Amino acid sequence: MSPTLIPMESATSVALLTLLSIVEAVVGFIVVLFLIFFVAQRARGRIERPLAIVITLGPALLLVLIGLIIPSIETINLSFKNQQFLGQLVTKYIGLENYKTAFTDSYTLQTMLRTLAWLVVVPLFSVGIGLLSALLMDGMKRTSLPKTLIFLPTAISFVGASVIWGYVYNYVEPPAPQTGLLSEVVMKLGWHNPPNWILDVPVNTFLLMVIMIWIQVGFAMVILGAALKAIPEEILESARLEGATGARLFRNIQVPMIMNTIVVVLTTVIITTLKVFDIVFTMTNGNFNTDVLSRQMYADMFVTSQVSQGAALAVIIFILVIPLMAYNVRQLRKEREHG
Amino acid sequence: MKKRVASVAALGVALFTVTACSSNSSGNAASTPAATLTGNCAQYQAYAGHSGSTVTIFGSILSPESNSLNTSWADFSKCTGITIQYTGSNTFESDLPVKVNGGNAPDLAIIPQPGLLQQMVATGTVKAPPAQTVANEANWNSAWKGYGSVNGTFYAAPMSANMKSLVWYSPSYFKKNGYTVPTTWAELMALSNKMAANMTGNAKPWCGGIGSGTASGWPATDWLEEVVLGTFGGQVYDDWISHKVTFSDPQIQTAMQTVQDWMLNPKFVNGGVGGVSSIATTTFQNAGLPILKDQCGMLQQASFYEAQWPKGTTVGPNGDVFAFKLPAVNPSISTPVEGGGEFVTAFSSDPATQAVQNYLSSPEWADARIKVAPGWVSANEKVDQSLYTDPIDQLSAKYLADPNATFRFDASDAMPAAVGSGEEWKAMVDWFASGKSIKAVAAEIDAAWPKS
Repeated sequence: MSPTLIPMESATSVALLTLLSIVEAVVGFIVVLFLIFFVAQRARGRIERPLAIVITLGPALLLVLIGLIIPSIETINLSFKNQQFLGQLVTKYIGLENYKTAFTDSYTLQTMLRTLAWLVVVPLFSVGIGLLSALLMDGMKRTSLPKTLIFLPTAISFVGASVIWGYVYNYVEPPAPQTGLLSEVVMKLGWHNPPNWILDVPVNTFLLMVIMIWIQVGFAMVILGAALKAIPEEILESARLEGATGARLFRNIQVPMIMNTIVVVLTTVIITTLKVFDIVFTMTNGNFNTDVLSRQMYADMFVTSQVSQGAALAVIIFILVIPLMAYNVRQLRKEREHG
Repeated sequence: MKKRVASVAALGVALFTVTACSSNSSGNAASTPAATLTGNCAQYQAYAGHSGSTVTIFGSILSPESNSLNTSWADFSKCTGITIQYTGSNTFESDLPVKVNGGNAPDLAIIPQPGLLQQMVATGTVKAPPAQTVANEANWNSAWKGYGSVNGTFYAAPMSANMKSLVWYSPSYFKKNGYTVPTTWAELMALSNKMAANMTGNAKPWCGGIGSGTASGWPATDWLEEVVLGTFGGQVYDDWISHKVTFSDPQIQTAMQTVQDWMLNPKFVNGGVGGVSSIATTTFQNAGLPILKDQCGMLQQASFYEAQWPKGTTVGPNGDVFAFKLPAVNPSISTPVEGGGEFVTAFSSDPATQAVQNYLSSPEWADARIKVAPGWVSANEKVDQSLYTDPIDQLSAKYLADPNATFRFDASDAMPAAVGSGEEWKAMVDWFASGKSIKAVAAEIDAAWPKS
């Protein structure tokens, strides 16, 4: 039983020890839980309510504290310093210098503008196409196959999707045979000298956005489709009796009825887009004028040793997300009050 | 029922703490008086006395190369009783600072960039090397000691070395067309022009690729470094690393112009792929493959490119591919050799770690590693040169151990990370992809140099 009896050299014994410690940790956790609930169950009288609050709220608060609040404060603090790499011994506060750099450096400014373009294009197209396909599916009979096809990309990781689309955008100089799907298709359509897609500014940024839209449309379609289904049939019936059909029914009845859901989907996609990292990182690593804020932040913090500069970018992203989050939370709360 | 749950739980807690304690007790054993090692083990007597200890090593070397490492010190481990636990990561450069900063530093780290070594030393966590490691340092070309030192203090002994000043070519293609291996820069350019005139279609005299994930751009920094070292020699090269000579300096501008006329010359590149800008999107791994199809004449790439040739490619003076030494741009510079390598850095000063550190800096370990598998060269001058079996290893070792060579380490690895693994890479990609002017590229890099 005792682990010291197992010879240390063999790989299997190392694996066994690891497994053993995992089991120990899980068992320990369960035991602690049992003890806490056991004590809580016995508690009576004045301490019952405060104890229950502490036990139910405590772990969540603790996790939020160590996983969110402390790192946020640390990052904000870091953004006012001149730290270049992790563990640097001597650093000093330089005020808003990093923010000044972020808003005056032409490369970073371009990155911000590009991120803004992502924020406008991706959510609009994702929700637009999602809504359209949800509507089409609503009126169709056999929808499982098209639904699956549109929803499938949602299950693919951003990195996986980027690798797939990397092949699509692949380019070989003619007259050599094309290996990329996009080049081949446009050449078959008669465009004899297509550009090297991934190098072609600003087309390349939009090509990267397509990947994101491809992934998000499925999500938008499913949520909006469910909302459309939830509109009471009587309302649609009476609208039809009043003569509203097709586009009119859609504009005046269906869209207003699912407006809350549209807004939630829109803000969710915006937040995901603001954090876009994987696609740019995998496809171009920010080269060829395709950089976005979160990729630049990662590079500053972990690759090029400009930790404080990266922290400032992180804070900027954080500040941009807050209003969206607040709106989203308020919207959800409103819905709960009405529902 | 409730009571039983409680007692079971209590038992569980007791068991948990007991096993937790016992599994922690197998840490580093205290040094016992060294036992006398006999037979085959006698050679490891100097490292004995730390049986039962475990030394952790963290590096960027991955399988299968890491398997060769493990084999190379297996006998050492068996005889001395020191367990060496090696972990490799393909994001080593960003992982190491995170580990060290989080109090999870390995005992030893194999750091491939002098710039990163400087950065780790600045955190105050790197331990001074033991006396024997310092003594072993005399076996290296003196330039190496400089790259393992920070502000004049020696910290880390070099381990492996790679030779960057090589040009890959196809001996059979050269023979078929009557081309001979050039020995001066003028001959190299004359050969390139001749090839360009003879070649048709997508075939070009040179091919290149600088795509490499997060490190995209590094092969282009090597081209510039080769030209700077081969045109102006070691002093300008060193001043360039310390930014006494800026990128906008007329000398570096001249070197950039030479690169422009070579690897950014539409007449010369990009063999088998397309125009100049296609170098930016081709991965460095795929860059040389057109050589095998006679679509590309030459590729400037380091000795480790040998691993990229597809299975079944024979490497050698009469094989499918081979390499020659890139000639100096300026013939008065004595054999400029650009190389890379790794430095064994200690984050612990316990005796077992120091024993491993001493062993890894010895020519005996280098010999042991060379015997395991080809594709690995040491710049240790005491290494038995006859052990190299691979033609590229032999070629690299010949120049790396040449006392008359002007040896310098990869400059971008020695520059501050904000430039050497940031702006310079980015600017190089820009240079090739968008045809930016030399002046603009240089200004961009100079502006990114850390101020403090």
